[in-house]
Amino acid sequence: MLTLPRLQLHRPGSVREAVELLASKPNARVLAGGTDIVPNLKHGIYETEHLIALRGLSSELRYVRRDGGRDGDSIRLGALCTIDQLSKDPDVLQSLPALADACRQIAGPQLRKMGTLGGNLCLDTRCVYINQSYFWRSALGFCLKKDGTACHVVAQGLRCVAAASNDTAPVLLALGASVRIVGPRGERVVPLADFYLHDGIHNTVLEPDELLVEAAVPLPAARLKQAFFKLRTRAAIDYSAINLAVALAVSPAGLVTALRLCVSALAARPALINRLQDLVGQPADLHLAEELGRRAQKQCKPLTNIGVDPAYRREILPVLVRRTVLRAIAS
Amino acid sequence: MSRSSHHERGDIGARFPKVDGAGKADGSGVYTDDLAFPRMLHAKLLRSPHAHARILNIDVSAAERLPGVIATLVGAEMPAKYGVIPWTHDEQALATDHVRFIGDEVACVAALDERTAEEALRLIRVDYEPLPALLSAEEALAHPEIKVNEKAKVGNITKEVKLEFGPVDEAIATAAAITRERYQYAGSTHAPIEPHCAVARVDGDGNLTVWSSTQIPHYVHRELARVLGLPPARVRVIQPLLGGAFGGKSDPFSLEFCVAKLALKTGRPVKILFTREEVFYAHRGRHPMAMDVTVALDAGGRISAVDNKILIDGGAYASFGLVTAYYAGQLLTGPYRFGTYRFDSKRMYTNKPPCGPKRGHGSVQPRFAFEVALDEAAEKLGIDPIEVRRRNFIGEDVETVNGQRITSNGFLKCLELVEQASGWKERHGKLGPGRGLGVAGSMYISGTAYPVYPNEMPQSGVLVKLDRSGRVAVFSGASDIGQGVNTLLCQIAAEELGCDPREVTVVAADTDLTPVDMGAYSSRVTFMNGLAAREACEKLARKLKAAASVRVGDEIELELGTVRGPRGSISFAEACQLAEAAEGAPLSATGGYRTQKLGGNYRGGTIGASPAYSFTAHVAEVEVDEETGIWKVTRIWAAHDCGKALNPTLVEGQIEGSVYMGAAEAQMEEMVYGKQGLLFGPSLLDYKIPTSLDTPLIDALIVESHDPNGPYGAKEAGEGPLHPAIPAIANAIHDACGIRLRELPFYPQRVLQLLQARVPGQERRTAC
Repeated sequence: MLTLPRLQLHRPGSVREAVELLASKPNARVLAGGTDIVPNLKHGIYETEHLIALRGLSSELRYVRRDGGRDGDSIRLGALCTIDQLSKDPDVLQSLPALADACRQIAGPQLRKMGTLGGNLCLDTRCVYINQSYFWRSALGFCLKKDGTACHVVAQGLRCVAAASNDTAPVLLALGASVRIVGPRGERVVPLADFYLHDGIHNTVLEPDELLVEAAVPLPAARLKQAFFKLRTRAAIDYSAINLAVALAVSPAGLVTALRLCVSALAARPALINRLQDLVGQPADLHLAEELGRRAQKQCKPLTNIGVDPAYRREILPVLVRRTVLRAIAS
Repeated sequence: MSRSSHHERGDIGARFPKVDGAGKADGSGVYTDDLAFPRMLHAKLLRSPHAHARILNIDVSAAERLPGVIATLVGAEMPAKYGVIPWTHDEQALATDHVRFIGDEVACVAALDERTAEEALRLIRVDYEPLPALLSAEEALAHPEIKVNEKAKVGNITKEVKLEFGPVDEAIATAAAITRERYQYAGSTHAPIEPHCAVARVDGDGNLTVWSSTQIPHYVHRELARVLGLPPARVRVIQPLLGGAFGGKSDPFSLEFCVAKLALKTGRPVKILFTREEVFYAHRGRHPMAMDVTVALDAGGRISAVDNKILIDGGAYASFGLVTAYYAGQLLTGPYRFGTYRFDSKRMYTNKPPCGPKRGHGSVQPRFAFEVALDEAAEKLGIDPIEVRRRNFIGEDVETVNGQRITSNGFLKCLELVEQASGWKERHGKLGPGRGLGVAGSMYISGTAYPVYPNEMPQSGVLVKLDRSGRVAVFSGASDIGQGVNTLLCQIAAEELGCDPREVTVVAADTDLTPVDMGAYSSRVTFMNGLAAREACEKLARKLKAAASVRVGDEIELELGTVRGPRGSISFAEACQLAEAAEGAPLSATGGYRTQKLGGNYRGGTIGASPAYSFTAHVAEVEVDEETGIWKVTRIWAAHDCGKALNPTLVEGQIEGSVYMGAAEAQMEEMVYGKQGLLFGPSLLDYKIPTSLDTPLIDALIVESHDPNGPYGAKEAGEGPLHPAIPAIANAIHDACGIRLRELPFYPQRVLQLLQARVPGQERRTAC
């Protein structure tokens, strides 16, 4: 079978110890559930001799809390919550049903029990040309993201377009979440909308010595109508070929008062669909759903980084958006 | 007198549990990779990164210097060519001068552990001179000047077969309805759970033992001895418990030769376990085929002509390709009577992993094309799809247009069962938009009369030994690859000898200890090995009865450990003791399956000629989302004529597994290659096989036609039931939304394109 490279495993007992280790071991990688990093290590995608296992931080970082913080009421999700836990947590089910739905559709039952929220939010980007063995990549001639100089998705491309493939990100983006990050220079809170970057090699603002410890969703989100959809070839296991999340607030008169739509699994940065402000004040109806579908299609350019025909993905996007928006409105 | 239940007796027809089932479920089963020996080395294979290249030089010196590396191996150390078919020896364990696909084996390193061996591979320097690569059958045909494999006599053709039975053109000219279309079948692979694994050990006397996850220990034995230059009597091949094969382990593979040679070189046991990626390069999966099919019906809806021109993409080596080129045409001539028939099939060498036999070898692709074409032609005459199949039924005890002898034939019963179970009459053409039913039928062989290498010896042998304790030992060369032959051997012993099937030891697939069986391919094992086992057991039963009659009288019944006669009963063990005393020697007997002469009197007429044919009919139900092209097969009713269900649970399991595999190929399976010939996503993440959630409800329905030639009337059940799944689904999608899918797999984007190309009024198929 494929073997792991030679690695030293570190087991910190606290966030502080973990951050100290990260600072002292350049190129160290973090191991939470391991569902993504282990295959990537076997594929030789990372140059590292040190793995920092976070199991010892479980008591610190595995929680779902509802509290009133500085910024008002919110739901706080510890980074080591497992995907399985979030898919079943009563608070998540009640207040963030789209997140629970997204979690239910990640991978399969065994992987959901291992994979964590922090791991999913920091999931490395994926591309059909990178998530392969060293031999396969060598036969290809390697690529921008690792060991090579050419992009096989965009001819003459200079920036890696490997796709954000996490399913929790679009939901948390639509719900206006932020993440708490701890590093040697202290702690910072970053809106999720500012967390991701347009760079498939490293698609977050997280510094190598920082740890994402929490995601927080402002509680008004609980009053948002929300829905998630995942397009994939198989009904389990597969990463998204397209995923999308919508959240909207609707007045008693049936008019939209707030609106966010995120479409992901396209390129490195999971991003909100822009320029929707003019739709605020419109009735939450089929017409709105169709208009959102048109705008999403205009702004989204699927690529060959994912093994499902990009032209097809683009073609059916308006249908997927329309149905998901209508499902949110009906929720 | 209370009699034990059929289930407890575990004799023929009982739902007796699989003998290796518990070990597979609880992890105690010992697979090849579970074997470990003191001082065992782990080896890894270096593979070509070029689809086509000359090897100029191989330098392993840096790899040899890496601490932990014990030995290296290159092709020049065992250059002899091999292959499963004696006429197409065209492979080397490690290429000496010519690599033919990305993944072709070039060198091998044995080290103290896998990681060291893997690191050493990167230190091997190979100088290649890249050659132009031919990546499709069309390209291979267009460029005979570029030679993929020197074994091809003409251009890149592995084998071409042209056969015509009756005046085809005449029949087409006078037909009432004709379909003439091109159908395309994507290549797919087996994806067994267990990757290929082999372990070799040489004992102090120089005897070599190779344990391998193979389904053809006998051919591996022959080829190992030949390539390594060892006397066959010094080579032993053992097949441990196997984690799936489906035809993907029915060739000799590079790893078997490499572990053997490295064990000889180092004097230490050596293991190679393929990675999942390597299993994809070993491949031998379903051939891509382009098929130009004409089906002609006369005014009465009878099939007056079938014409099929088939271009087969074979990959870099022949494997069973010679047979594939025949099977693609020869196995289509039932369950319907063809007025006339012609096929021209051509298998090409290309610079891709070699194709070979995947469950339903050679015939799944033409069956898909034909069953869809038949539907299309019948629609033109306004004949119901089930009716046209019934009307063309070929019958029992008949000869097909190409000279094959059909004995029992339960196809009409199969059609009737799926028609009733699916509610066809009330529901076909009436399910409303986006939902539909489709039907298809098929025929398959129960082994072939022709052995892979010509010889006069039996194709399958069994030795049965009785112990005075009452324990029965069955020594059988057959490979249990999950189809359950080891379980059936216990049941046959119970049926014939009256022993308790739980007190039978099966020693199988060990070339030192067991008689030869040719291997698990062409659905031959239960049929041929079963007959051999029955013959051996019958001989012993006669001795047991004769000996026991002295004690309990004549008119003896043997049942579940008791020997009963008019004067009382004794235990099975006592009967064994009486018989051993009477014999004056240990009790044993052998049985064999002797090849019958069958088939048409023309070149190739014996290929595809089987002692008995199985028949299948499916009805599939689908739902199509017309806005996205996303569709789902919700249910498949599959009725299979297996002659006699020796163990109905195993037959149902084979039907279910076959239906799953067929539906999978319709839904999503495809070996996709990039421009350089690099296989996209050689992993079980990227190569899609359906999960349980993507699998339809399956109704496995057994039909028993009691074949006069099979053991207890049995015929095959492991491959036939796959065939109709794909065309039944295609025909159901047509019923649901009026489109004809002629290219596999039925990706949603293909469905959507066809939906968008519909003309008004084409939305629904008109109910006949």
